[in-house]
Amino acid sequence: MQRIGVFVCWCGSNIAGTVDVHTVAEALKSEPGVVFSTDYQYMCSQAGQDIIKNAIKEHNLTGIVVCSCSPRMHEATFRKTAAAAGINPYMVEIANIREQCSWVHKDMQTGTEKAIILGKAAVAKVNLNTPLTPGESPVTKRALVIGGGIAGIQTALDIADAGFPVDIVETKPTIGGKMAQLDKTFPTLDCAACILTPKMVDVAQNENIRIFSYSEVQEIKGFVGNFDVTIKKRARFVKEEICTGCGACVEKCPMKKIPNEFNLGMDNRHAIYIPFAQAVPKVATIDPNACNMLKKGKCGICSKVCSAGAIDYTQKDEFISEKYGAIVVATGFNPISMEKFDEYAYSQSKDVITSLEFERLTNAAGPTAGKLLRPSDLKHPHTIVFVQCVGSRCAACAEKGKEYCSKICCMYTAKHAMLVRDKYPDTEVYVFYIDVRTPGKNFDEFYRRAVEEYGVKYVKGMVGKVTPEGDKLKVQASDLIANKQLHIDADLVVLAAAIEPDKSARPLATMLTASMDTNDFFTEAHPKLRPVESPTAGVFLSGACQGPKDIPETVSQASAAASKVIGLLVKDKLTGNPCVASPNELMCNGCSTCERVCPYGAITYEDKEFMMPDRSKAIRRVAQVNPAVCQGCGACTVACMSGAMDLRGFMGSQIIAEVDAICK
Amino acid sequence: MHNDNTRLTQEIIRASGVNPSKCMKCGKCSATCPAYDEMEYHPHQFVYMVESGDLEPLMNSKSLYKCLSCFACIDRCPRGVEPAKLVEAVRFAVIRQQGADHMTPDDVPAKLNEDIPQQAIVSAFRKYRK
Ligand SMILES: Cc1cc2nc3c(=O)[nH]c(=O)nc-3n(C[C@H](O)[C@H](O)[C@H](O)COP(=O)(O)OP(=O)(O)OC[C@H]3O[C@@H](n4cnc5c(N)ncnc54)[C@H](O)[C@@H]3O)c2cc1C
Ligand code: SF4
Ligand code: SF4
Ligand code: SF4
Ligand code: SF4
Repeated sequence: MQRIGVFVCWCGSNIAGTVDVHTVAEALKSEPGVVFSTDYQYMCSQAGQDIIKNAIKEHNLTGIVVCSCSPRMHEATFRKTAAAAGINPYMVEIANIREQCSWVHKDMQTGTEKAIILGKAAVAKVNLNTPLTPGESPVTKRALVIGGGIAGIQTALDIADAGFPVDIVETKPTIGGKMAQLDKTFPTLDCAACILTPKMVDVAQNENIRIFSYSEVQEIKGFVGNFDVTIKKRARFVKEEICTGCGACVEKCPMKKIPNEFNLGMDNRHAIYIPFAQAVPKVATIDPNACNMLKKGKCGICSKVCSAGAIDYTQKDEFISEKYGAIVVATGFNPISMEKFDEYAYSQSKDVITSLEFERLTNAAGPTAGKLLRPSDLKHPHTIVFVQCVGSRCAACAEKGKEYCSKICCMYTAKHAMLVRDKYPDTEVYVFYIDVRTPGKNFDEFYRRAVEEYGVKYVKGMVGKVTPEGDKLKVQASDLIANKQLHIDADLVVLAAAIEPDKSARPLATMLTASMDTNDFFTEAHPKLRPVESPTAGVFLSGACQGPKDIPETVSQASAAASKVIGLLVKDKLTGNPCVASPNELMCNGCSTCERVCPYGAITYEDKEFMMPDRSKAIRRVAQVNPAVCQGCGACTVACMSGAMDLRGFMGSQIIAEVDAICK
Repeated sequence: MHNDNTRLTQEIIRASGVNPSKCMKCGKCSATCPAYDEMEYHPHQFVYMVESGDLEPLMNSKSLYKCLSCFACIDRCPRGVEPAKLVEAVRFAVIRQQGADHMTPDDVPAKLNEDIPQQAIVSAFRKYRK
């Protein structure tokens, strides 16, 4: 039998104003197990806590019920109080007589009656409580960052700066992500390469950072503090340690008509290539689908010209296994495909391009060496039409567009329009918009400058149709303010395509058991209060993989994620939550139901030897819960058809006892 | 701007199955419409006029009969508003206006004529709004 003490708090007049606290304390005195009951103005104050501590000693209490505010507020406080007086913190229960009682009821009588009932339920539960001890698990002091865009780069640099080793896994041959493809960046118009490439060099030179480029994550096992990850390093047929990035091989390679992904197919590269001059790592990669030597065994020129002897046509994919304490997802975004938007003639005309293609067209390292020339005939375009929201805010076209606002396109379109007018004042520039969304520091000012100082023609309305005719693009659009339909002969049409998460994000989320929203953006643990953590312990989110973001926001989130990772890696051991699921192995029939419902992948099965009633031995498959992974959500306990799964601290019997006490 | 047309507005919304409040005023329907220049009120305006119950000018406008029912606006609207269905419903509301009956049952025998297709009479004799 427990020896329970009941402590009823007034919370000043917050509770005592609507609940007769003396009556509650009196009424609970006669409940089974209760040996002491009292009330006090502020239980959470030092004096209040001393009352609890003294009572524990004086009355040899084994269990505590505090009738007070929500457990979210002070459960931890009172657990500490109990622990300080020598009893197990999990022997404390809170009856919430403030939020659930005094704050929602108006008259004293109802309030008091309900407070007594809630108190009785808590007493009934404490009678069945057992001391619980949280488990501990060690922390591997190394982090994995998946994706090497500006998000992954910033996160890795910050973690490395704090002294922890970090590995970056990047699918492309170089880190840098989309930012490496941009020309200038809003709102300050600094050149993307000038601010990004020094960071890329920092990554390459940082002793704590390893880059696995041209690689992907193959398998993830384990849990917070203890992830086991297999990384597949794809064969690039060039020995990374030896290649100096001199580019002699690239110059001599005869296969030179391969569409260049870095310039979005607007020019060509060789079969052996370095994506751009500032690539990190700056090593060559052979495209196995283009190389004659790899396809037909003929050629071998690059190996002959490489004075370092770095070419290796026999290189195989390599698999690396490593342990990590934390994983950061930074897989970024891509513009959606424009193929299905027939009305804009993207597939019909080379002169209808996306905004990312426009970035390459104005970039000094791009296909036109930074001169704005239209792709079809390399002539200077005199009339340019920008269309915003292409495929964004598109609720009706789930098969081709996205329902959300892509957030970055209003700003980059203003940037593009402004830069064109600045460099080529003879160019007429139209921007068709539904709304101009520029909420950010110096953002609206930036957009207004495009209109007021650079003379960009912003038209409230949409483009309905683009028809290539001769060397012109006939643009039919609406001007809602003039209440007119416009017909513009344009030379170039630029579509601000919606953005979406990288296609590899969904399978990655499955590997991580991390949740995603319906648009495949990673979900944060709390949209406001835990925005850089995934609900899965030990998995953190950085950059546009969590939602559309510009660079300032991406970098802020990247550093925030790094600080969370550092907070985890400085710990030697993790203290778990003892309120986790545990199976009754004798009742479990190994049906796998619980494994399927567990959102965190905490459940596995093991074959165990059991003594049967007839004293024979049998091997049975039974569920095992990993207490370091289990979040105590309880999904498995209700799913288990044999009633074998129970949640410590919230056992079926405890819940029933509470319900009985309420219904008595 | 809300008129006393609530009942009629409701009916047009019901008959068309269109929810005009889904419209985000982007103007892509009007950008797309091949009959735009013929119209006094344009597709995005139809939608807004129904949404705000401003029906009379619309019902009296020739615009209703300029729509080609090409459904380009339905195809392109990013929000799935289907403006052309609204145009159609307003057109019907005009045709079926109260007291606008073109015939009573008593008129039928006199109109019977071998040369007139029966459909014409049936169609002239449809039920109008009470
Ligand atoms: C046309 C255009 C113009 C822009 N202009 C500006 C501007 O002027 N100013 C501004 O602030 N922002 C601008 N932005 C936004 C900016 O590009 C983004 O904010 C930024 O790139 C987001 O960084 P990220 O690292 O999250 O994603 P990304 O840049 O997409 O990087 C993600 C990286 O992860 C890699 N990756 C993906 N999946 C995996 C995987 N499964 N495993 C390993 N690696 C993976 C990718 O290869 C990539 O390298 C612009 C965007 C566009 C489209
Ligand atoms: S940011 Fe601007 S252009 Fe992009 S989807 Fe949102 S409103 Fe449209
Ligand atoms: S309580 Fe939730 S997290 Fe824990 S094992 Fe069961 S389903 Fe998984
Ligand atoms: S259906 Fe009518 S309103 Fe719609 S685009 Fe065609 S002509 Fe214009
Ligand atoms: S296209 Fe659709 S959302 Fe846009 S104005 Fe027309 S009806 Fe409204």
